Amino acid sequence: MSNSIPAIETRSLHKAFGDKIAVRDLTLKVERGEVFGFLGPNGAGKTTSVKMLLTLTALTSGEGRLFGAALNDPQVRRRIGFLPEHFRFHDWLKAHEFLQLHADLYHMPRELTRQRIPELLDLVGLTPHAEKKLREFSKGMLQRIGLAQALLNQPDLIFLDEPTSGLDPVGRRLVRDIIRDLRQRGATVFLNSHLLSEVEITCDRVAFIKQGEVIRVSALQELTRGELSVEIRLRDLQPESLVGLEHWGHNVRLDGEHLSLTLAQEEDLPAINRYLVEQGAQIFAVRPQHVSLEDLFIQIIGTDGGL
Amino acid sequence: MSVFTIALLTFREASRRKILLAALILGLIFLAVFGLGFHYITVEFEKDFSNQQLIQINEIRNFLLMAGMYVVNFLTAIMTVLTSVDTLSGEISSGAIHTLVAKPIRRWEVVAGKWLGFVGMITLYLALMGGGVMTFIYLRSGYLAPHPWRGLALIWLNNLALLSLSLLGGARLSTLANGVLVFGMYGIAFIGGWIEQIGSFFRDQTAGQVAMNIGVITSLVMPSEALWKRAAHEMQSPLAAVFGVSPFSATIYPSLAMIFYAVLYIGVALGLAIRQFNERDL
Repeated sequence: MSNSIPAIETRSLHKAFGDKIAVRDLTLKVERGEVFGFLGPNGAGKTTSVKMLLTLTALTSGEGRLFGAALNDPQVRRRIGFLPEHFRFHDWLKAHEFLQLHADLYHMPRELTRQRIPELLDLVGLTPHAEKKLREFSKGMLQRIGLAQALLNQPDLIFLDEPTSGLDPVGRRLVRDIIRDLRQRGATVFLNSHLLSEVEITCDRVAFIKQGEVIRVSALQELTRGELSVEIRLRDLQPESLVGLEHWGHNVRLDGEHLSLTLAQEEDLPAINRYLVEQGAQIFAVRPQHVSLEDLFIQIIGTDGGL
Repeated sequence: MSVFTIALLTFREASRRKILLAALILGLIFLAVFGLGFHYITVEFEKDFSNQQLIQINEIRNFLLMAGMYVVNFLTAIMTVLTSVDTLSGEISSGAIHTLVAKPIRRWEVVAGKWLGFVGMITLYLALMGGGVMTFIYLRSGYLAPHPWRGLALIWLNNLALLSLSLLGGARLSTLANGVLVFGMYGIAFIGGWIEQIGSFFRDQTAGQVAMNIGVITSLVMPSEALWKRAAHEMQSPLAAVFGVSPFSATIYPSLAMIFYAVLYIGVALGLAIRQFNERDL
């Protein structure tokens, strides 16, 4: 199979429940090896989109392909991992039995699972709980075992629906590390998340979805590139020197030892630094800050997007 | 094959349920009570009857066997419905089905696997209970029902009909609604069967025909009672078939065509369950 074929490709994917449109004309292309963030407020259609791609929910109209094959092709399913948002499993199974069940559904040979299951339990930090029934697990532990289940087949494409929602900071770091490893392995990650800070760290590209409609798709770098706000801690700067800073930026403000201004581009920072030193200022710290994804999310989605 | 993975999962899940454990414990208590009762009744009758009256003794043995098998049929039916009624609807509503269906498995394999898993459980339960009643009677008295295997097979078929209906309902309805549906259908078939049985004694031929028609129609809607009546016919003594008026015997019984219809019913219900599950959003 050619590497030029995208991992996910959809054309006008549409889902309606009666009068309510859950997803409207979703057209997306996610390339292989990408970590793709799918962002939107509650009820925007993120989970429904994933369910359509996994054929848990039928399409009302449109077309979707995974690695160039039909969505319901069992051969493609062998290459896919999935962690659902509401991780409810067969909780009467022990952790290792649960993983064995899902390994069997992937048709993995026993000699492979004998090695793979302990590895995964170790990866998600559940080795001491391998003999425990899932009904004794906390929410975070269930999410970890769900992650292990999604990684069993060393997927080429993995759908993670809110993978960090039940996790503590250590668990969140674990998810980040797993996503990093997946990317290094060349796997594609489709990430639904509310936690924009996680998305900011892990994703290559993001799509914003609102009321069932994708309203923007962009590389994360492109989104957060552009204006930069800078805070500089300094002493001995004369107020009349501030006018000279307007050559590079605007919103220039001096408040005691704190100078702040907004720059058009990050490349101007060394020149500003030199100018301030020439003006006799003593510089202790320079903190450039790009516009956060959260700010962008609010700008793009608005504050009325959620349900 | 994924069908067998799901079948094994279903069998293991059902076998760990408290409802099955309760059915097993109650079943064993029933076998113990039945065995004791049969033993002491046999002792009593053996005192009073001479060898020339063997026919009468066998009639009593057959009556007790039919009573035992009637309870076995009922207990197995209850166990079948209660264990299977939420297998699809419960996993759909909880979302546990999501990670299964997202695997390289076709949806029909999920339904067929669950069906097979429950068939395994029903077979074992029926073998234990029905086999237990018949074996005890044989070991204690040397009496064997006329056609024990046919009787057991028909009770088995009855439970397969209930199971298939339960899966069909579970692919579309909530657990509670499905339970109401399956028990409701079972109840309709039961009362229809009784109306038919009583109607066979009516002197008024028109009234008798109406009662018979009610029985036939309810058997078509749900063939469970018809299958029991055929099973009873196969297991009861010829004398009881002619004169017997008890809940455990059948003076009238369905034809072979009804058995073929029941097999078709099971196939169609399972097919519709698969279709329903294929089409629904999870």
